[in-house]
Amino acid sequence: MSLDLPLVFAVLMGMAILAYVVLDGYDLGVGMLMPAASDDEQDVMVASIGPFWDANETWLVLGVGLLLVAFPAAHGVILGALYLPVAAMLIGLMLRGVGYELRAKAEGWHAELWNWLFWFGSFLASLAQGFMLGRTITGFEPGVGYVLFSLIVAGGLCGGYVLLGATWLVGRTEGALQRKALVWARWGLLWVAFGIALVSLATPLASETVRSKWFDFPRMLAPMLLPFATAALWLWTWRTTRRIEHGEQASEWAPFAGAVAIYVCAFAGIAYSLFPYVVMDRLTIWQAAAHPSSLRFVLAGVLVVLPFLIGYTILAYRVFRGKARAGLYH
Amino acid sequence: MDAADALILARIQFGLNIAFHILFPSLTIGLAWFLVYFRAKYARTREAGWLETYMLWTKVFALTFAMGVVTGIVMSFQFGTNWPGFMLKVGNIAGPLLAYEVLAAFFLEATFLGVMLYGMNRVPAWLHVAATVLVAVGTTMSAFWILALNSWMQTPAGYKFADGQLIASSWLAVIFNPSFPYQFTHMMLASGLTSSFVVAGLSAWRLLKAPADSIALRALRTGALVAAVIAPLQIFVGDLHGLNTLEHQPAKIAAIEGLWKTEKGAPLVLFAIPNEERRRNDFALEIPKGAALILKHDAEGELKGLEAFEPDRPPVAPVFWSFRVMVGLGFAMLAFAWLGLWLLRGRAQPARWLLWTFAGFTFSGWIATLAGWMVAEIGRQPWLVYGILRTADAAGGISGAQLGASLTGYVVTYGVMFVAYMVVLTHLAAKGSTHVAPNAAVAKAGA
Repeated sequence: MSLDLPLVFAVLMGMAILAYVVLDGYDLGVGMLMPAASDDEQDVMVASIGPFWDANETWLVLGVGLLLVAFPAAHGVILGALYLPVAAMLIGLMLRGVGYELRAKAEGWHAELWNWLFWFGSFLASLAQGFMLGRTITGFEPGVGYVLFSLIVAGGLCGGYVLLGATWLVGRTEGALQRKALVWARWGLLWVAFGIALVSLATPLASETVRSKWFDFPRMLAPMLLPFATAALWLWTWRTTRRIEHGEQASEWAPFAGAVAIYVCAFAGIAYSLFPYVVMDRLTIWQAAAHPSSLRFVLAGVLVVLPFLIGYTILAYRVFRGKARAGLYH
Repeated sequence: MDAADALILARIQFGLNIAFHILFPSLTIGLAWFLVYFRAKYARTREAGWLETYMLWTKVFALTFAMGVVTGIVMSFQFGTNWPGFMLKVGNIAGPLLAYEVLAAFFLEATFLGVMLYGMNRVPAWLHVAATVLVAVGTTMSAFWILALNSWMQTPAGYKFADGQLIASSWLAVIFNPSFPYQFTHMMLASGLTSSFVVAGLSAWRLLKAPADSIALRALRTGALVAAVIAPLQIFVGDLHGLNTLEHQPAKIAAIEGLWKTEKGAPLVLFAIPNEERRRNDFALEIPKGAALILKHDAEGELKGLEAFEPDRPPVAPVFWSFRVMVGLGFAMLAFAWLGLWLLRGRAQPARWLLWTFAGFTFSGWIATLAGWMVAEIGRQPWLVYGILRTADAAGGISGAQLGASLTGYVVTYGVMFVAYMVVLTHLAAKGSTHVAPNAAVAKAGA
């Protein structure tokens, strides 16, 4: 069989992680925006992600699962190096899940406590994920500088999630809350611009491998399209929020689409920087891959299940399209 | 802090997490089928009472499921963080089984769960019924794959060695390993018992608050009936499982029976305090020839004692005690399910003491399930994968300080989660289902 199985799994894992970041990203973002809204608005915000957040989080399990299955050697190295941020993320995800469910099921009983848990958990999980991303890009190098870098990435990712969450709310809500969300979206855009700019400048400084990939002529020409595409998308997204605000002709989902596109570009940039390493500068995907017999067995399952998965994910989003209202999903 | 302490901390942390996690699936697997029943009843009769029952238990299910998802995510990470040696040695077999669990089941549940929970007024009735069935199928499939992995760790089969690692020589043999059919059936029935006692117990709790709630009374009867049917089946399957374990993991059986020396016509030890130091039982209360009769069907049959397996044998006391808790509770559940069902028959107002007893039995399934898993997992020690990989060889990497810090975080988080879950569960149960009439739900959606 001439199929490059480790490469196939690297692509699948990348797709699962991208799906996770975009999908759970918007509901984490909504969670982080909770304190900025009034009580009634919070009910609507929570309702807007009700049918989705469970399924969104399972993409994380799929991403980690693929890492575990396809690259067992890397799984131990990565999760060992990221042990504490992983624990922080997991605790954050648990707290927000519990906060969310109890808020919905207890119907207003102790609502402030559940709100707080939901916000805190969302924030902790987002920060931890950004920190993990920063550590991964730099190959888990020790040193204060690298930790600082990871903290910057953590802040940047929070901004990115806020952008996704705010633009999601623009699409899912109406009236005063939608107008608030438009303002949040622009704050998110500014935050993201700052984050991406810092990371783009700092990553080549922090990593020799990344530097040579992005700045060696002529192979830099193709990837250099990415920063320009990102900038263009950023401007377009900013403009659509203005157009919706002024009641001009524009789809209410355009800002969310723009935010997702920005994520795809940023993700492509990171993937390009890392590839073919699964542990930066240490393990390539081929070195870390599991035995072909295992990869083939899993691939068969993935190919059978994936179409269904995508199919009913689309179904779920179709069924629950439209504007969210408080109490709708109780 | 040395490696031994780190190993203990890694085991405590993993054991705590997996024990906390199993509470929720052990309830949802069975509860999902209760929901199918309630939903089907409503589809056939169009009677509002069934819908109300369905809606109430859907909430309990959603809450429990969410707890299972978030604690399950922790599991998927801790395989790598706490047991890197496990993935290195048997990752080629364990990985795909875990992957299938996620693929075939997790998504099925999590996606159709959305339609099931929130889609009643948005999708055609047949699709909503189908979603409810698929969620139940999904939870069962999820259990199928994870139990395939666990039973394979108990009785490995279908593998060969390649470069010091294990790879599968036959996936069918891996999945349907010798203990799989027993373990899977035993766990499915355990979940059925757990959920039927929860349904009965929380309905009884509601009836104590609102004696006139006829819907809660019907749910109580349903729960009691299912429990009365499953309890004897479970005891029968448990016995078969024990015989299977005797064949494949005799050391575990020796620990369960508190049998230190190999002997013919071994007694059944009802009660004792196993003494690890002196390798004998103190204060033993025994039935002569009992163990030989149960396990060998022969009063003079020979059973191997723990001495035959030294030093590769499990610690005796936790296995010995957990087993007695599990079996004792199992028989208590059987007796009470039958008695309760008998006393409930034809009564519009069950006696309060009976309701209190049902309420008291609410979480008996959890305790029995946890005890059963302690027997299975501690009884497998010192092996992680029986006969292939030792637990001590699978740990590593993480320092004791990091483990200690994160363990503290997990303990606090689980404590908060557990208290919150129980408080909301009893709150939901006490409130009952009377306020969610279908018309109200439609009016809300249209508001």
